[in-house]
Amino acid sequence: MWSYDKRLQFPVNIKEPNAKLAQVIISQYGGPDGEMGASMRYLSQRYAMPYREVAGVLTDIGTEELAHLEMVATIVHQLTRNLSMEEIEKSGFANYYVDHTVGIWPQAAGGVPFNACEFQSKGDIITDLMEDMAAEQKARTTYDNILRLVDDPDVCEPIKFLRMREVVHFQRFGEALRITTDKLNSKNFYAFNPGFDCDECSGKN
Amino acid sequence: MMGNKEQLLRDIGIVDFVVTELTLYLDTHPHDRNAMEYFNHYNRMKNQMEREFSQKYYPLSTRLEDCGNEWRWGAAPLPWEGACE
Repeated sequence: MWSYDKRLQFPVNIKEPNAKLAQVIISQYGGPDGEMGASMRYLSQRYAMPYREVAGVLTDIGTEELAHLEMVATIVHQLTRNLSMEEIEKSGFANYYVDHTVGIWPQAAGGVPFNACEFQSKGDIITDLMEDMAAEQKARTTYDNILRLVDDPDVCEPIKFLRMREVVHFQRFGEALRITTDKLNSKNFYAFNPGFDCDECSGKN
Repeated sequence: MMGNKEQLLRDIGIVDFVVTELTLYLDTHPHDRNAMEYFNHYNRMKNQMEREFSQKYYPLSTRLEDCGNEWRWGAAPLPWEGACE
């Protein structure tokens, strides 16, 4: 289960609305490498994980991704606060506005709705951890791309924080993969699914 | 200028970040005793600061809603309002 803290993981206080920027940043809410996919990926993958300590990594990183999801939503919300109709029309925000006004809805920058096909839960922990490491890199690239489009420091700082967390999570998933492969024994030379195939191959007794 | 409330909220965020970072580190390095000591130190500090914030201003979670017979949770500012400046 979860409990909720009424504060953000990193402060977001944006003074200047910018609907153009909101349209690209929303991709980290519901886009292909966004925080919604990240949290659902890790939290869903846990059940196939036979090693408690690695399931702990998936739980704690998945939980942090929920906090990032809230940060991204906050950035988009503050960038679209107090917009005039003229700004909505001029910035190209009208296509989003017509369906959602200035509410928050998970979509990619190109308007594609969030889709669970953007992540996997393969039921094979080695496959999953490899995906997780790639996912952290893809999210880091997206934040890099966003940073090239931003000059408002109020937006830059939280985005830089989120980018930095992707780097740390990549490191932790690398260690989680090492812990997992260290548990495979000589009978599982080809790294068959240690959570499914047999107890002998999993290193579990 | 930030008021005491904003400063304390910001400090809680900083200490909580240390706790979050140490949690992930300890998940993959459970035998690092130095990290464990850091974790205990900052986790205690965080709990103390959250209790102080709750007593002086408003509860950051329902766990900390223990200051009498008035329900303060619902009226507490929402995180996306940008309460920090």
